[in-house]
Amino acid sequence: MFDKMIEMFSYPFMVRAVLVGTMVSLCSALLGVSLVLKRYSMIGDGLSHVGFGALAIATAANAAPLAVAIPVVILAAVLLLRISGSSKIKGDAAIALISTSALAVGVMVISMTTGMNTDVYNYMFGSILAMSSSDVRLSVVLSAAVLILYILFYHKIFAITFDETFALATGVRANLYNTLIAVLTAVTIVLGMRMMGALLISSLIIFPALTSMRVCRTFKSVIINSAVISVICLFVGITVSYVWATPAGASVVIVNIAALLIYTVAGAVKNKTFL
Amino acid sequence: MALIKCENISIAYEGQTVVHDLSFQVGEDDYLCIVGENGSGKSTLVKSLLGLKAPAKGKIILGDGLSQNEIGYLPQQTDVQKDFPASVYEVVLSGRLNSRGLRPFYTAADKNNARENMDLLGIRELEKQCFRDLSGGQKQRVLLARALCATRKLLLLDEPVTGLDPIVTQEFYQLLRQINRDSEIAVVMVSHDIESTMEYASHILHLQETALFFGTAEEYRNSEIGKAFLGGEQRV
Repeated sequence: MFDKMIEMFSYPFMVRAVLVGTMVSLCSALLGVSLVLKRYSMIGDGLSHVGFGALAIATAANAAPLAVAIPVVILAAVLLLRISGSSKIKGDAAIALISTSALAVGVMVISMTTGMNTDVYNYMFGSILAMSSSDVRLSVVLSAAVLILYILFYHKIFAITFDETFALATGVRANLYNTLIAVLTAVTIVLGMRMMGALLISSLIIFPALTSMRVCRTFKSVIINSAVISVICLFVGITVSYVWATPAGASVVIVNIAALLIYTVAGAVKNKTFL
Repeated sequence: MALIKCENISIAYEGQTVVHDLSFQVGEDDYLCIVGENGSGKSTLVKSLLGLKAPAKGKIILGDGLSQNEIGYLPQQTDVQKDFPASVYEVVLSGRLNSRGLRPFYTAADKNNARENMDLLGIRELEKQCFRDLSGGQKQRVLLARALCATRKLLLLDEPVTGLDPIVTQEFYQLLRQINRDSEIAVVMVSHDIESTMEYASHILHLQETALFFGTAEEYRNSEIGKAFLGGEQRV
């Protein structure tokens, strides 16, 4: 087992994957708690589809993938919040609308340029080979920024998640912080989606939060637990992917499912014995 | 000088005027109840008092050093809170955010204030418990403690006893009166529960798009409109 680990880390692409994966899973776990509690779980899914469209266009135009995708997805995130806020189109419909549109655009662009090939497969389901070393640098810097902003605004994020009206009434600029959460989520998703895949990246947002909520009963412990769970699941998932040559994204999700089941049982046991 | 003074305000909601030409004021130590039927504009008025919705006409003047973000608001509970993992302490402490401004973390003074307010409302021993596991009455106490953290002058409560059983409701009202008297904090409460309201309130605002009545509780009891409304309620 230990030999396998050493062997795994002797490949630079694996080191890059673990490094970026750890940062992304940390960010998505923190943001995920707020998104799940605010009933915005699907926003991750919607944004990753937009990311897919943006990556397709970037590839077709020979532009740097992250440099195109990040601003586009940030824009989509802000737009989604604005649309959800207005009463004309409801949040879930807005997400479905934007994500399918972006998917369609992406598929059209790809079929007109390279045709449906392994690239598309990699976009959809992720590839552990996706990260170049310049991507890694950008990912680490951006993830660090996400983490720092999250810690600085932790108390305000708690307040607007728990009770937006009260937060507004006491002078917390809830719209600003909602936008902040959306922007941070957008950045996190774009960074993670090429490894995890457009269809699977939103699992990183949802699973750790739900898992830790089975057992934890304070906001702080939920946050810390989901960060820890997320990183452990990612690491185990990538190891599984390396050892058995399974797709990285799907492996991480399977490990997350296992963690959710374990925590659900643990939560049930805990409640029985302590109530 | 009054804490809140409304002068001929009109408030529109989605293009329709729901409150018009409303004037009233809240003085220090007052206990004002806003009564009225559903759709009489109570919730809209609350939003305007909180500064979340500017009146279309007229002025809301805050006095006595009360600033807009220092109103201790106790909102109706939302769906999100039913399964929200947060400890009582975390919820109460979040009431101190308005004094933080842009500074990111709480100080020892903030934490002490949160504990004092939990002591005052007798929920200190629940400190570490999860908010969603509490009973309805305990939840309201927690939200009241949070509101007290946010203010030193004025509490604004929106239908605070909805869903509470009669005994807990009475306890809650008594707690509120005690805070009103001992801590000298003015209370503005929107309520359906007209009978108990009459027992505790010092002033009544009867809202039906405009003020059908504004004055002391005693005057309201003897007024035509008051008699009709109170009588009507009792028959139900």
